Formats: sequence, C-alpha cells, structure tokens
Amino acid sequence: MSPARGTRKRKASPSTQGASTASTGRTTATSAAAASEREPVAGRPRTEHRRELLHAMLRIRRFEERCVELYSAAKIRGFVHLYIGEEAVAVGVNEALTSEDAVVATYREHGHALARGIPAEAVMAEMYGKTTGCSGGRGGSMHLFDAGRRFYGGNAIVAGGLPLAAGLALADRMRGQPRVTCCFFGDGAYAEGEFHETANLAALWNLPLLLVCENNLYAMGTAIERHEAQTDLALRAASYGMAAWAVDGMDVEAVERAARRAAESIRGGGGPRFLEMRTYRFRAHSMYDPDRYRDKTEVEQWKAGDPVTRLMDRTREDGELGEKELTGIERRITEEIDAAVEAAEQAPEESVEDLLRHVTSRSTEVT
Amino acid sequence: MAEFTMPSLGADMDEGTLQEWLVRAGDRVRKGDAVAVVETAKSTIEVECFETGTVGKLLVDPGTTVPVGAALALIEPAGEPGAPKEREKPDKPKKRRRGDEARPEEREAQERRPAAQPAPGPAKEPVPAPAGVNDGVRGDEGPLIRHLAEQAGVDLDAVHGSGPGKRVTRADVERAAAARRLPARITPLARRLAGELGVDLSGVTGTGRDGAVRAADVRQAAPGPTAPAEQESSGAAAASPSAERRPAGMREAIAGLMARANREIPHYYLSTTVDLTAAMDWMHEYNRHCPPGARLLPAALLLKAAARAAREVPALNGFWTDDGFSAGRGVHLGVAVSLRGGGLVAPALHDADTLELPQLMAGLKDLVHRARTGRLRGSEVSDATITVTNLGDQGVESVLGVIYPPQVALVGFGRVVERPWAVDGLLGVRPVVTATLSADHRATDGAVGARYLTAVDRFLQSPEEI
Amino acid sequence: MGTGRADERKTTYREAMREAMREALRADDRVFLMGEDVGRYGGCFGVSLGLLEEFGPERIRDAPLSESAFVGAGIGAALSGLRPIVEIMTVNSSLLALDQILNNAATLLHMSGGQLPVPLVIRMTTGAGRQLAAQHSHSLEGWYAHIPGIRVLAPATIGDARHMLAPALADPDPVLIFEHGSLYNTAGELAPLSSPVDLDRAAVRRRGTDISLITYGGSLPKALAAADELAADDISAEVVDLRTLRPLDDETIDASVARTHRAVIVDEAWRSGSLAAEVSARIAERSLYELDAPVERVCSAEVPIPYARLLEQAALPRTADIVAAAHRAVD
Repeated sequence: MSPARGTRKRKASPSTQGASTASTGRTTATSAAAASEREPVAGRPRTEHRRELLHAMLRIRRFEERCVELYSAAKIRGFVHLYIGEEAVAVGVNEALTSEDAVVATYREHGHALARGIPAEAVMAEMYGKTTGCSGGRGGSMHLFDAGRRFYGGNAIVAGGLPLAAGLALADRMRGQPRVTCCFFGDGAYAEGEFHETANLAALWNLPLLLVCENNLYAMGTAIERHEAQTDLALRAASYGMAAWAVDGMDVEAVERAARRAAESIRGGGGPRFLEMRTYRFRAHSMYDPDRYRDKTEVEQWKAGDPVTRLMDRTREDGELGEKELTGIERRITEEIDAAVEAAEQAPEESVEDLLRHVTSRSTEVT
Repeated sequence: MAEFTMPSLGADMDEGTLQEWLVRAGDRVRKGDAVAVVETAKSTIEVECFETGTVGKLLVDPGTTVPVGAALALIEPAGEPGAPKEREKPDKPKKRRRGDEARPEEREAQERRPAAQPAPGPAKEPVPAPAGVNDGVRGDEGPLIRHLAEQAGVDLDAVHGSGPGKRVTRADVERAAAARRLPARITPLARRLAGELGVDLSGVTGTGRDGAVRAADVRQAAPGPTAPAEQESSGAAAASPSAERRPAGMREAIAGLMARANREIPHYYLSTTVDLTAAMDWMHEYNRHCPPGARLLPAALLLKAAARAAREVPALNGFWTDDGFSAGRGVHLGVAVSLRGGGLVAPALHDADTLELPQLMAGLKDLVHRARTGRLRGSEVSDATITVTNLGDQGVESVLGVIYPPQVALVGFGRVVERPWAVDGLLGVRPVVTATLSADHRATDGAVGARYLTAVDRFLQSPEEI
Repeated sequence: MGTGRADERKTTYREAMREAMREALRADDRVFLMGEDVGRYGGCFGVSLGLLEEFGPERIRDAPLSESAFVGAGIGAALSGLRPIVEIMTVNSSLLALDQILNNAATLLHMSGGQLPVPLVIRMTTGAGRQLAAQHSHSLEGWYAHIPGIRVLAPATIGDARHMLAPALADPDPVLIFEHGSLYNTAGELAPLSSPVDLDRAAVRRRGTDISLITYGGSLPKALAAADELAADDISAEVVDLRTLRPLDDETIDASVARTHRAVIVDEAWRSGSLAAEVSARIAERSLYELDAPVERVCSAEVPIPYARLLEQAALPRTADIVAAAHRAVD
C-alpha cells in the first residue's frame, strides 16, 4: 500500500516494506503517490497555494542556512538542530491546522515554529538569546514557544512533549472544543515509553490528537533498524487502535493531503491519528555532529528528492512558476531574514537582574 | 641570710594566713618575685620578697596564721657563699638539650639566642646581666613564673618571652594560659554574647556537650549588676573559693577601717561639676580607630585626670601618720573595686599619672579582674597614695566618700549625665560629671582641695594632653 | 483542642482531603481528578471514595498505569486552562513521571519566557512505617523540594489536609502535595478556617523556649510526642511544622531558632542530601550566632527501608530519637 516507498532510496531494509500489512489491521495506510491528483486545495487556486508552500519551505531552508552561518560566527550557541531536508513535513502539516489548534514540537523545531507563523524576527532573536526572542531568550533554539499561537515548544527531552500534547487534547475533549493538538516527534521517540503511554492514553480516551512521527531514519546517530524491532512505525501505531498512515514526507503536497485527512477525522470525533512522515535530514544531527554514521551516497540520494526542488520542478513542469517569481520569493525571504538578523543583533540583552524571573509566576523566587 | 616576713598589707592588717607557697627551698628568687599567697581579712594576695637569692628554709606551713612581721622563710642573698646552685629541673629536660656540656653561663647565652640566629646581633639583645644576677636569662624565670606556668599547665619552653632578654614574664604565662584555657568549644551564640557582655571567655567553664561554653555559661560569668566597675572588668571568672569565704571577715575589716577613718580624720568635702564634652568627643574619636578590646572607657580619662591632678597638688597625695604628712613617692591611684560577693578593695594602679591612656585602661582592666579573682599583689594592696571611687555606674551623681587611712584624700566621680549647660551665654546639652573631693583637714585646707578639683577639670578639658 | 464546640467536627485526615477535593470540584468545573484507581476503586488509600458517583468518570478520571503520560497530560490540560488534580499513587512510582514534573511542569514557565504557567496540582502518598519494604517506603519529597519552579507541600494535620488544597489550586504554578501514608487515619476535630492557609508560611504547632523541633509531614506527630516527653523533663520544645517544603519559610525558622537557640530537624528521608540538610544549612547560614548547640538531625537510617517490623522501626525516626537529640542539644 505504500508505492512511494519503492521510488524512494530508503536505507531501511526490505522487511520494512511490510508496512503494507498495516492495512490489514485498523490502519489505513495511504501514500503520497496515491494522492497525486494535484487538485486545488481548500478552494484556493493551486498555483497560488503551491507558491505559498514553496515560500514557506524556502523560508525555513534559508533561515536555517543563515543559522549555520551565525553559529559559525558564534552569534548563536547551544545545541542547534537543523530541519533542512524535512521542511515538507512542518509546512504540509501546518496547512491542515487552524490557528485554534495546538502544536507541540521537538528540539528540531525552527521549521514548525516558522510554519506556525512565529515571526522570523522572534525566532532569530531567541536564537540570539535576546529579550525579544519568542521565549524571551530563556529557551534558545530548542525551546521556541508562542502561547498566543498555541505553539507549546520546543521540547528537548525525546518524547517528552507527547504526554503534554495528550493533555492539551484532553482539555479540548473535556470541554467539547473541536480543536486538534498536533504533536511532532521523531523516530527516536518511538522507542520511548512516553510515546507508547501517550498513544495508549490517546486511543483509550479518544483524544483529538494528531501524532506526526518525523521518521528521518536516525535517532541521532542510530539507524532505525538498530533501534526498532519493527521499523514499520505506522503498523505499530495502528496496534493501539488508531488510524495510521505512512506518508512521503518529502512531498509537501502529499503531507498536506494526509494531514488534512487526519485532522478532519480527528475533528469529527474520530480520536487520535498517527502519521509516519518518511523524511530525511540533509545536515548532521546538530552542529556538533560529525555525521560519521551514514554514507555520503545515502545523503546524496535523499538530496535528489529534496522537497523544495521537487515542488519547484513540479510547478515549472506545470508552468506555474517562472524564474522571475522564484527570484521574487528568494528576495523577499532574504529581506525578511536580513531584517530578523539585524533586529536580533540590535535587541537588548536579558538583564541579569531578571535572572530569577519566570521561575514561578511570582516575578522572582528567592528560595 | 634574710628573713621573709608576713608583710603588712594595709593599716588594718595585723595578721595573715599563709595560704600557699609559690616557691620551694632551693628555688632562686629575685626581688619582686611573688613567693607566697597570703590571705588577709580583706583579700588573698600574692606577696613578694625583697631579696634576690635562694630560698632557704620555709618556716611556716600553709594554713598557718601568723602576725605581721613574723618570719615565713629564710632567703640566702645572692652572691653569699654557700648559696646552692640552681636547682635542677628534671621536669624540663629540654632545657639541657643544647647545653649539656656547656657551663651555665655559656648555656644561658646560647639559649638566649633565637635558634635561627646562631650569632647574637650586636646591641640587639639586652646586655647580659653580671654573673650571679640572673635577670634576663631565659630558663631562669622566677618562681612565680614557674609556679604560674605549672599551675596553668603552660610549658615554659613553648612560651615566647617578652621580658628583658626574652625572659618569660607573668603576662606571657597568663597569655599562654589564657590561650590554653580558652575553652575548646564555644557555641556561636555564646561567643556572640561574650562579646556583647564583655565576658572574657578564657575564664568561663563550659557546661555543654564536650565542655562547650554555652550562652548560659556566659551569662553566669557576666558581671552582675552589683559590681560598680563592671564595665571596666575584662574578666568574669567565678570568684575563687577564698573570695567566697571573704564577706564576713572583710565586712569586719572595712568596718574597723572606716570607723577609724571617720573617728580620726576631720573630713572636708568639695565638689565641682565638670563639662566632659571635650573628653567624650576625644574618646569617641579615639575609639573609632581602635579594635573593640582596646577601646577606652570614660573611667580611664577620669582616673588619669585624678592622677595628674594629684601630681600637681602633692599635698593630697600621700599619708598622714603620727609624724604628720608624708608625700607619696609617685602617684599610686587606689581604685575602689567592689567585689562580687560584697565588700570592697582599693588596690593601687601604680604611677597612674605617668601611664598613657591605653596602658592605664589595660592596667585598670587587669587590676579589676585580679581584684575580683583574689589575685592582687601585696604592693597593690598597700601602696595607694590617693583613692578614686567611681560610682557613676551605680547611677549616683556624686560621692562624698570616707578617706582610706592613712591616705589624706579620696576623689569621687558620679555618673556622666547630660545636663543643660551654659557656655558663653548659650544654653546647650552637655555630658557632665560631678567630681568630689573628701580631704583630711589635718593635712590640707579647702584652698588646696579646690586647686585639686580645678586641676581635674582642666585636665578633662584637654583630653589629648592627658 | 476545645471539644464540644459546635463548629468543630470529628473527621480524619483522609476525609478532610476528600472534602477539600469535593469542595474544589464543586466550586470550579475546570477542576478534575486524574490518576490510577481514583474512580471506581476510590483511590488506593480511599481518599477519593465516592467522588466518582458525584462527579462522573470524566472528572474523576481513572488513568492507566502510565505515570509519565497522565502526569504529562495533567500538564497539558493545565496549559490549556483546566485545573487538574493528578494523583500519583505513591512517591515511589512518581519517579516514572519525574521527567514530566521536572522537565515540563517545573520548567515550561521559565523556558517560555513566562508565557506558559502550569496550574497543576499533583498529590501523592509518601513515607514509610507500614512494613511496605524498600520500594514502597520512600520519602523523596526533599528531592522535589530541590526543584525551582514547583511548590512542595506536606500537610501534616487534618486542618492542613482540609485547607491547603484550595490555595494550591489557586496557585498559578505546579504544586506537589505529599501526604504521609501514616496520617490518613489520623482522627480529630476539624476547626473552622479563620483565614486561608498561607502557603508561604510554616506553622508553629507548639510554642517553646528551649529547643526548636523542626519537622513536617509524617514526622510531626512524633515531634509533638517528643515535645510532650521533653516537657516532663522540664525542657520546653517548640515544634515547627514546615508544611511548605518549597519555598521554605526562612523567617519562621529563623524566629524559632532565635527564641530557642537550639534546633533538632526531624525528617523521615535519608540524612544525606536531605531536606533536613537544607534546613540545617540555612540555620547555619542565617542563624549561626543564635546557636547555642550544634544543630541535630533525626533522619532515617541510610538503608533501603526493610520489611521486618523491628528493622523498619529502627530505620525510621522515633520519638525517643527526637527526645535524645533534644537532650544532646540542651543538656
């Protein structure tokens, strides 16, 4: 049931092809290729929508490329985990969410934050540790927050965001609010008890929770076949009694379609849904990672399926995007990032007197 | 062979009880060394000998009461034939370690040198005393020193001598003993309280775990409210057993003496009020730069002024005997100290007119401490030439006292109080004290007394000069 | 205690806690109780007995044995505007939720630059003394008191069991409530509340002048018993019930030590790195010059709590140990 798999150069062993068996359970497995009709989405003209998707992905890509520069210049410190290569997941899923919905992400969440609508300026300032950052400089790269946009981080404990997301969903369920909580996590989190506890709880309590597993094949440096007994993650998720799909995470339109389908069924009271986004990070795990655990050829093969390039090619083929438009998108992104960097540079440093702020809701805690 | 006799330690003393020998036969003593402890009706006193030489026979056993003038021991003056060699001190073998083969003189010379300086620097060391006179020779501390050291468990070898020729002085031993006696454990609260109450912890016995001194011990040791000179007291050790036995006998002695004074001495009384603004300002400024332990109290300034005035008006500084007035040699200021168990002593602060204020303050503290612990020296009990009584701490404003015979004057100070005070026609509030003089009309007339009080006033107006 | 007063009534610690929850559930529909066996079973220790019937399974929510998930869910629900009371059966199994408590509940507010307060209450049983052996006898509230960002309560009296929950629910930040298992059956009069419990204040349970017995939770009855015994020896012991382990009420501790100049800290946790160590350090930092004796600590023996009755009793602080420690400090 997952024809996309055959077209993708996955390192996963052939046995993972068994994901198709998921359909025999309560799983509904779908594929990106199967949903390739390229019809207009959500009533918008397709061309305009594709340009928006492209802009969103390119914006994340360029933002992170600037982060690498800034990290090398020691403007940004700490752990920085780049999303480059996985942009289609955050952008595509976000298309299925409304501003009322909630998002819980991981420490590799620049893309989710930007897709969610947190201004690049606020994210960049947070990378700089400045007061104007979206977490006031307390969080940094791994802890981007925006309560107003219902963006709940930025969770740096692998799988740590899952129970919290279940709680957000529980609150909506208890109050009868038709909202979705979307939780992103990686394949590494799949091995954590917190994932399984949460999956069980969500299915048991029929929570409006969208579980989006970004399977980039590596838990830091450990390949999936070395950390999962059964590498078909959707199959296993289905065993909790929730619908689960495996999706081509390198195709933003496929991601969007799957996410919309899942979100709709969740909103309809169908309980949690699980999406395995098959994707790949082009860069190392973090800025510290020498990336010795995977073949350069494997990386190159995946880069050939770059989600940004794929969408560009598709729009060119369809005559929807000329070089002029593309140049315009790039220019607007550059201007936005330049402005974000400039603003972050100029922003005030956190005052040391405020060190104890936000420990408790009383402004400072002495003890 | 000279006799060491029961001394007269005051006009009221006609007998004394030998309480303790501080020397043994064969000990070498120097003039001024305390050799015995004598208990009189008033106090327990270390009495000194007036000969340098070797103790011969001890004639009186401790506990025996003998009349004044009775021989207590024989002393072989130094240089006389037959004087025994220095008694071996087998308990101090270390003394021998560098001088086993050396003759005594050489050994002494060696021992006087600091170990790190094999050759004595010229003129840096005191000139060695002539042979036969052992002043200044390390290892030949007087018997009092040895006795004190033994009593306090102080190893003399370990004590740094500050006296001439690095001789260990009494103060050195006491310091070492104090350091040794300082309780091993003092609770933080007790330490804080001791500072606040002015209690010297070295004399305090701890009742806490492992002998720790606790707050209650400090409060117990703190000067009681009945002690007039409490703020001057540096010490707060519990009264010695003899001090506790003292009251009845002492009351009797004081009664006899005061009755005699009132019967025999035609007193006249003068008083004047002295503006202390200058003195207090000066003192506070001085104290600002002082560590707490070295700070001056107003009493020091008052005593100093009284002593200086006594030097200026010698007719009030001395004794009236059957032969008439004889001026005192030096101003030895008797300082009235009331004792914790009741009663009063007025030991002398020798040459108080010549002491710098810090010395006087230290001397005063020491004197009060020793008076209260029954450790006065004979000379201190008998030498006073004029007495000062300071009852300011008791809250009174003036004292019209009774003169201690055979002295001819008694100076009293009351409490330092703030009073409206006119200066150059302007009214202000100033600290003042009432100084009084009780004087013997046989020896002086009012005009002399007036001169004295005027002098006291004048000195207190120029505190920097006294 | 003034018996016979009409406005006092006989109750138990367990009932008082239940009444507190009932009151909160009635007063605020954002409040719900979630945990293992809180519904049909009525709570492992019977605290929530009867609440399911009154409030239904949505608000008295039985959770699977997934401490991390349901504590995390409590955090998420709190973030979303509800006021969950999460019951973890015992402190022992709270370790399975430690990640959520420490990495999320305690840190979200700060990490988010103040955007995300977590108004969550977590209740759990703590302590030993019932022959439950090593894995069910921990007193780890001191560990939690180590964590900035959360408040840690230890109600030790019926009154506190009844009256600390409301202010805990009103607190915008996470509050952990530790209920010592030996206290549930404590019976007594519940006095009417004169004013809301101030969660920043320790309580002086008994006035005294000679020594401060500083304790909390399950050790409070032992300290009070020790104070009675000491009174017979003419030692007037003051008993300070910390009741809020974080933030510690330094002022009350300081004031007590300033009155008595001696302190015995009673803490059922192991001595090393314990809350008793923290209190002791603070006394040394803040009140050294008030101390007239070394600070004494009465803690559990440094051993996994044994099952055998005599061994268990020997491992835990006993009244006699407190009396002996007080004598060491005073005598």
